[in-house]
Amino acid sequence: MSERRWTWALLPLALLAGLVLLVSQTRLLERLRGPFPPVEALTIERTTLAPDLIRLRIVNGGPEPVTVAQVTVDEAYWAFTIEPAATIDRFGRATIEIPYPWIQDEAHVVSLLTSTGLTFEHEIAVAVTTPVMDASHLGLFTLIGLFVGVIPVVIGLLFLPMLRRLSRDWFEYMLALTAGLLIFLGVDALSEALESAAEVPGAFQGTMLVLLGSLGGFLVLQLLSSNHTRAEGAEGRRAVAWLIALGIGLHNFGEGLAIGAAWAVGEASLGAFLVIGFMLHNTTEGIAIVAPVAKDRPRLAMLAGMGALAGLPTIAGAWIGGLAFTPTLATLFLAIGIGAIGQVVVALFTMFGRGEEPVWRPAIAGGVLSGLMLMYATGLLVA
Amino acid sequence: MSDSPISRRALLTRGALGAAGLAASSRLLAATERGVVQANAHDPSLAATQGMVTNASIDPHAFLEHFDYGTMSTLPDGRTLREYAITAIDREIEVAPGVMYPAWTYNGQVPGPTLRATEGDVVRVRFTNGGSHAHTIHFHGIHPARMDGVFEVVHPGESFTYEFTARPAGLQLYHCHAIPLKRHIAKGLYGTFIIDPKTPRPPAREMVMVLNGFDTNFDSSNETYAVNTVPFAYHHQPIEVQQGELQRIYMVNILEYDLINSMHLHGNFFHVFRTGAATSSDFTDTLMFCQGERHILECAFEETGKYMFHAHQSEFAELGWMGVFNVVSPGASDE
Repeated sequence: MSERRWTWALLPLALLAGLVLLVSQTRLLERLRGPFPPVEALTIERTTLAPDLIRLRIVNGGPEPVTVAQVTVDEAYWAFTIEPAATIDRFGRATIEIPYPWIQDEAHVVSLLTSTGLTFEHEIAVAVTTPVMDASHLGLFTLIGLFVGVIPVVIGLLFLPMLRRLSRDWFEYMLALTAGLLIFLGVDALSEALESAAEVPGAFQGTMLVLLGSLGGFLVLQLLSSNHTRAEGAEGRRAVAWLIALGIGLHNFGEGLAIGAAWAVGEASLGAFLVIGFMLHNTTEGIAIVAPVAKDRPRLAMLAGMGALAGLPTIAGAWIGGLAFTPTLATLFLAIGIGAIGQVVVALFTMFGRGEEPVWRPAIAGGVLSGLMLMYATGLLVA
Repeated sequence: MSDSPISRRALLTRGALGAAGLAASSRLLAATERGVVQANAHDPSLAATQGMVTNASIDPHAFLEHFDYGTMSTLPDGRTLREYAITAIDREIEVAPGVMYPAWTYNGQVPGPTLRATEGDVVRVRFTNGGSHAHTIHFHGIHPARMDGVFEVVHPGESFTYEFTARPAGLQLYHCHAIPLKRHIAKGLYGTFIIDPKTPRPPAREMVMVLNGFDTNFDSSNETYAVNTVPFAYHHQPIEVQQGELQRIYMVNILEYDLINSMHLHGNFFHVFRTGAATSSDFTDTLMFCQGERHILECAFEETGKYMFHAHQSEFAELGWMGVFNVVSPGASDE
C-alpha cells in the first residue's frame, strides 16, 4: 500500500524533471529571458589590507556568470590579479589582489569594472593593516571576548545568593525581568540581523535567511527541549536555565563576530567607555541565566558550565569575525540567536503560566517592563 | 566590421565575448602573477588597465595618421569635388581590455574616419543610417542651414546627402545631432574634419587625436578616458617621434559628461593654433578644451627620450587619457 503511495509521487516529479530538461536544453529559455542584457550582481564580502596590498573577496550573487575585466582604486586603473579566474560563476567566489600604496587612516574606493561595463564599488572607510591571526591577535580577541562576554556573564551569575533570598513575588519579578531582558536582546538582534542581511549577496536572500535562522533555531530548540522544560519542579527550571545560557551564547557569538569584524577592518575602536558599557549591559545576561534556578541551590560546576556556554562563544565569534567575517555568516548566526532567545522567552512564560493565577500579574508585567528599561538604559552606554 | 543592428543575442553573449578577451589577459596574468603582487606598489607601470584591447574598431596607431581625402573629381567650374560615404552602424567595441560597449559608429569605427579637404573644395557626404536609431551628421564650419544635420533627421534605413563648400580653413569636427544629443555623441558618433588652407601648412608629421571616453554603466559619468578610444593606447605602446622633426597634432575634444578636458605635454612646449584657424599662436605646455573645442598643436623635440602627455585632470589621466612620445634620433631603427 505505502509503496504505491510513493510510486504515485514519482509521476509529478518525473513530469517536473522533464519540464526542467525541456527548458534548459531548448531555446525556450532564451525566449523566456527576453531581450535583456545579463543582470550582474557582485558583492565584495571581505576586504583585507596588507602593506602595499589590497585584497578583496568577492561573491557572485546574481543569476549569470560575471567577468571582472578591470579594477580601479580611487578612480585610477590599477594592476591586479584574480584567483581562481576572472569569470565568476553564479554563487562562485574569487579573490582579487591589488598591489596599491594605500594610505594609513584614510579612505579608499575600489571599483570593479565587468566585461559588460557595469561597476561595483566598495569603500574602505578607514585603511589600516588587517590583523593576521597570530598569537598576539588571538590574544587580543580573547581579551575582547573575555571583557564583553565572559566576565559580565560571570558577574551576573554572582547575583545568585541575592536572588535566593527573595520572596516569591520578588523572585517572579526577577524572572519576568529576565524575560524583558531577553525580549530586548531579541529585537536588538533582529534589527542587527536585518541590517546585516542588506549586505548579503542577493542570491543568498538575506531577509529570508533571518527568517530561516530564527524560526529554524526556535523550532529545533523547541523540539529538543520540550520534554525537559515541560517537566515539573527543579528539572524544568534547570532546563530553562540551560536554554537561556545557550540562547545568550548564540547571541554573544553573533555579537563577537560583529566586534571581531569591525575591529579587523578598523571600523571599531573599543574605547574604555565602550567596554564598560558592554560589561554593564551583558551583566544582565548572567542574571537572566541564573534566575530560574536560584531557588534550587545549583552546583558550582553547573553555574560555571552555564557561564561558559553563554560567554565563551563571544571569544570564538571574535576570532572568526576577525579572521573570516562574511555578512552571510553574521546574519545567519544573529538569526539563530534570535530563535534561541525566542524559544527561551516562550519557556519562561510557560513557567509563569503554571497554577491558577493569571500570567500578567503585577510582578510579571512590572518585571518585563523593568527588564526592557534596564536594557535600554545600559544600551545607552554602548551606543 | 558588422553591419547588423545590435541584437538581443549580442547582448546576451556580451559576457562571453568579454570572457574570451579576458582569457588571454588572465593567462598573461598567471605568468606574471607573483611578480605583480610582489612589485613595489609605487611602480608607475602598475597604474594602467590590464591586458590588451583587440576589438576597439580602430588600431590607435594606424588611426593616428590616417586621413580620408574622399573620392576626388573636378567640377565643370574647376573646383575640386570630394565625395565620401558614411554609414551609421551599431557595433560592440572594446573600450578597455575585456570591457565591451554597445557603441554607435560612423563606418563601424569610433572615432569616425578623419575627413580631410582643402578650403574651397565641394564636399559631398552620402550618409546612410544603418543603425537602430535616427541619426544625422552635423558638421562644424560655414554652410547652409539645410546642410547642418539638425532638422533633417535620417531614420534607420534612410539616406541623406550633405553638400557644402569646405570653409573656413582649420580644424573642424562632425558628430550626430539627433536627440537625445548627449547619448548620441557619447555612444561614438563623432569624427574629425580637417580643412586645409589653400596655402599648405609647413611640412610636418601629422597626427589626429580625438579626446573621448565611455560611460560603460550609463550613469552619466565616464568609466574610461582616452585619446582615440583606447585607454592608455599610446602609454602601452608609445608614439615614435623623430628628434627635431616638426609634429602637428590635430586635437579634438568630444568628451561628454565632463565640462572640460586638457592636454599637458612633458619636457616641452607647443604652439597652439586655436580651432586651427588662428594666424597667431599661443605657446604653452598645458591647454584647456571645452566640449567640442579643438586646436592644432605644433612642437618639435630637441632631445631623445620618453615624453609623457596626458590630461592635467589627473583623474582622466589615470583612467586612460595618458600617452608617451618616444623621441628617437634620426635614422634610428624602428623597434
